[in-house]
Amino acid sequence: MHDAQRPDDEQGPVTSDQLRLIGTPFRRVDGRAKVTGQTRFADDLFFPRMVHMKLVRSTVPHAHIVSIDTSRAKKLPGVLAFLTGDSMPVPFGILPVSQDEHALCQDKVRFVGDPVVAVAALTEDQAHEAALAVEVKYQSLETIASIDEAISIMEPRIHDYGDEGNLHKKISMEFGDTEAGFSEADHIFEDVLYFEGSTHLPMEQHAAVALTEETDRVTVYSSTQTPHYLHRSLAKVLELPAARIRVIACPNGGGFGGKSDPFNHEICVAKMALMLGRPVKICLTREEVFYCHRGRHPVLMKIRTGVKKDGTLTAQHLQTALDGGAYGSYGVASTYYTGALQTVTYKLPKYRFDSIRAFTNKPPCGPKRGHGTPQPRFAFEVHLDKIAHELNIDPADLRLEQLVAPGSVTANWLKIGSMGLGKCINAVVAGSAWRERYRNLPEGRGLGLACGSYLSGAGLPIYWNHMPQSGVQLQLDRSGGVTLFCGETEIGQGSDSVIAAITAEILGIDLHDIRLCVADTDLTPVDLGSYSSRVTLMAGNAAIQAAERARNLVAKGAAEELEVAARELVFAEGRVFHGEDPDKSMSFADAVIAAESRFGTLGTTGSYIPPRSPGRYRGAGVGPSPAYSYSATVVETEVDPATGIYRIEQVWMAHDVGKCINPALVMGQIEGSVYMGLGEAMMEEQIFRRLPKKRSSALVHKHPSMLEYKSPTFADMPPVTTYIIEDPDPNGPFGAKEVGQGPLLPMMPAVANSIFDAVGVRVDQVPIAPHMILQALEAKDRGKEARFGPKSFPEIDFGVPLRVPTPDEGGDGKAINIDEAGVRTGTGTMNERKDGVKEEN
Amino acid sequence: MSQEQTTRTLQVNGEVHHVAFPVHHSLLEVLREELGLTGTKHGCELGECGTCTVLIDGKPLLSCLELAAECEDRKIETVEGMMRGNELHPLQACFADLGAAQCGYCTPGILMAAQSLLEENDTPSRDEIVSALAGNLCRCTGYHKILEAVEWAAAQLRGDESYRLPESAFYGDPVPGEKVSDA
Repeated sequence: MHDAQRPDDEQGPVTSDQLRLIGTPFRRVDGRAKVTGQTRFADDLFFPRMVHMKLVRSTVPHAHIVSIDTSRAKKLPGVLAFLTGDSMPVPFGILPVSQDEHALCQDKVRFVGDPVVAVAALTEDQAHEAALAVEVKYQSLETIASIDEAISIMEPRIHDYGDEGNLHKKISMEFGDTEAGFSEADHIFEDVLYFEGSTHLPMEQHAAVALTEETDRVTVYSSTQTPHYLHRSLAKVLELPAARIRVIACPNGGGFGGKSDPFNHEICVAKMALMLGRPVKICLTREEVFYCHRGRHPVLMKIRTGVKKDGTLTAQHLQTALDGGAYGSYGVASTYYTGALQTVTYKLPKYRFDSIRAFTNKPPCGPKRGHGTPQPRFAFEVHLDKIAHELNIDPADLRLEQLVAPGSVTANWLKIGSMGLGKCINAVVAGSAWRERYRNLPEGRGLGLACGSYLSGAGLPIYWNHMPQSGVQLQLDRSGGVTLFCGETEIGQGSDSVIAAITAEILGIDLHDIRLCVADTDLTPVDLGSYSSRVTLMAGNAAIQAAERARNLVAKGAAEELEVAARELVFAEGRVFHGEDPDKSMSFADAVIAAESRFGTLGTTGSYIPPRSPGRYRGAGVGPSPAYSYSATVVETEVDPATGIYRIEQVWMAHDVGKCINPALVMGQIEGSVYMGLGEAMMEEQIFRRLPKKRSSALVHKHPSMLEYKSPTFADMPPVTTYIIEDPDPNGPFGAKEVGQGPLLPMMPAVANSIFDAVGVRVDQVPIAPHMILQALEAKDRGKEARFGPKSFPEIDFGVPLRVPTPDEGGDGKAINIDEAGVRTGTGTMNERKDGVKEEN
Repeated sequence: MSQEQTTRTLQVNGEVHHVAFPVHHSLLEVLREELGLTGTKHGCELGECGTCTVLIDGKPLLSCLELAAECEDRKIETVEGMMRGNELHPLQACFADLGAAQCGYCTPGILMAAQSLLEENDTPSRDEIVSALAGNLCRCTGYHKILEAVEWAAAQLRGDESYRLPESAFYGDPVPGEKVSDA
């Protein structure tokens, strides 16, 4: 609304030039609690008469449950109760299309670690002893350990649903006429790359505590990133009305996506509390956290791109194969995400994407920081580095010449908003003296450049509905204090500080005059959760709406008393005053009293729904976002050619965050992403080994401990030069976009590219171990291909792709061959899917 | 597992507690479960992550590997004892102001290790801080903000008023090519 059209009693929005708090590095609102040990994580909660629960987990990877014998365990001291699968027969899962988990296994176990029995005892030690004494007999089934085995072994099936055999999902989509695109190219490049799985490794082990108030009313405290989705799953499995269940997400001791699924232990602990009528706690051991997983999918990728002599991309065909583990989790979304964001950085006029997700007898994979996009981003950015090298074009220029235009729509119908990637590339190129030093450093030292982009929240909720994705409620007290209610969950990223700062900014009050009540399904309006980098944008916009409505009410009250027009009032420094005549002034608290006297009890709400995306084809739900962040990095690496041991000497990272709400916290997210990306590039891997047959041929985690699962320490972290780029997006609160995930994406390819510049060999997989560099160097010496990496992508019949004409081809966002497309791209529930399959047969 | 209980007198944060607990329990368990001092966290309970670090007779030790029964007559310090009245210890304030605590879960252990370092060495080099803290894992920060916070706190503790953290610690590095204001 233009100012001139605004009624006299309406306040205008706070504009960027009026900001006082936003954009400054204020101390986070939970900072003091976190440095004093006062923050209460889930395992820090103790209640009178609280008892402890442990889960008996499968020791075999794939088997029918023959019998469960608790007779010996029952006799142990302190043991109170057991639960088995028959007490909770209703399945659940994070996605409506894959409701394939049970709180406790029904008749079959699908990976080592699948929970079979829950046991409660007076103490944790007693529960542990009892769990060890439970005897479960299994009848083993063939183990499916890899993507290749999932493709070749049709029976036994790990699940009785999915697109075929042990393939959970099969996708094929073509945006525009890719063959025509390839025929325009002067060169066609093809690479096969592999990205190993990794896990989140949050410092806090998952914990949950449940307590009952009435016979049918239960409260669950948990280290969850998604209290709303947990709430829904609890209602479903416990078969209780959701209104009788309260979920409180405690601050998470790190999430990174690992606490985004509703978990079996959270449901079991609630069921146990309802059975015993006393508080029940479970805290997973570190080993159990490794088996809980839901982390980065291992992905094999084949990328084929048509390129003109000058570097212009004409078409790309990407194929990905994901090792999903034993359950669906977010896997269908992860599968789409391995293709969806290839188009948002560089102009890609035609694009085909094929993918499979395999079920295997391993802990389920799910969303980890970057959710499905770091793997294809690694492939794309290494592939581009090779293209630049072959065409003798500077890798920075190759990218700068074909940046996606701000405000444009991509071949797969994603609407781009602000786009600061060019500024990011220019910053790291200048900072690292790339133009002078790339290709010119001494043998053994090299520079690598790579870029990335990520969502600021997914455009669609996980279950189909028309309600807001985030809500904020404000209660204005006559003391001048404001209580902010929001379902968002603090996982360390600073979301509490973001919504508090936005509210304080608009109301012109001190941050400390805002009290937060968050992540409590009884008390706070729904926010979908801390995933997909959505909270700053979505809860931030909801907070703006609620705060502007509150300011309007308070302004009307103050205006009457000060005898001025409400629109002329300014809110700042805890006061409300006339912009040109500051003597006409009152405290914010007095203004609240004036407003409350006039309107009664004061409260406002705000909510946020993302804009609708232009894509209308099946699968178009994954990829759209209100705003995309952009990042570019240059990494400098020293490689010892004698051993292959390498060391990252320096990182330059530029990230387009749109607008900083708090630059110190933005830096923290950038540096944290650089760190986690380096971990994935250099050492982190969630890998498994098969025990010999006489030891059950179980597929077990190779190193389920923090010592042996290597992650970077203080001593491993190189210096990082951080450039914050602000290219405000019209959809972001004050222009803000995401920062929590995007800067991780370019790290892995930049490290691989820097190794090539240092010693002239390609390692086409991560993590990159020294022996891989050494083998590639030895191959080079023997005159063979100077490369270490996967050789081929499996032959898979993807059928006829779903064809979607691009915007440039005059498309309308819809597919044109729904009847002909050979792959079912079901988005209905699993039962609907089953019915659909039945009808087809 | 033995259910045998023992009683010990523990001195924690300068206060004396007579505590009964299972004889095999770690100091970590006794601090959290018997004394209600949940500020000390755990990440592995196997001595691998550094999260449960406390000070025993001034030395940083992993409370998950210490038998509580063996801690009698030893001076135990936890994060709850760090504040000075109602004011934060400079290490705590610097961590809070720089965002060196993100999720905050590893923070108590790192604060303990850093406090021990600064009590022995008031002007530690970057390398000395790294080696003092290298046994503590953090998954959020990428470690830099923690190193800067320790350096900043060290300066405050030794009364070095000339010490200034660079503005880049709060705002990021100056972007090359962008105009820097003359002011």
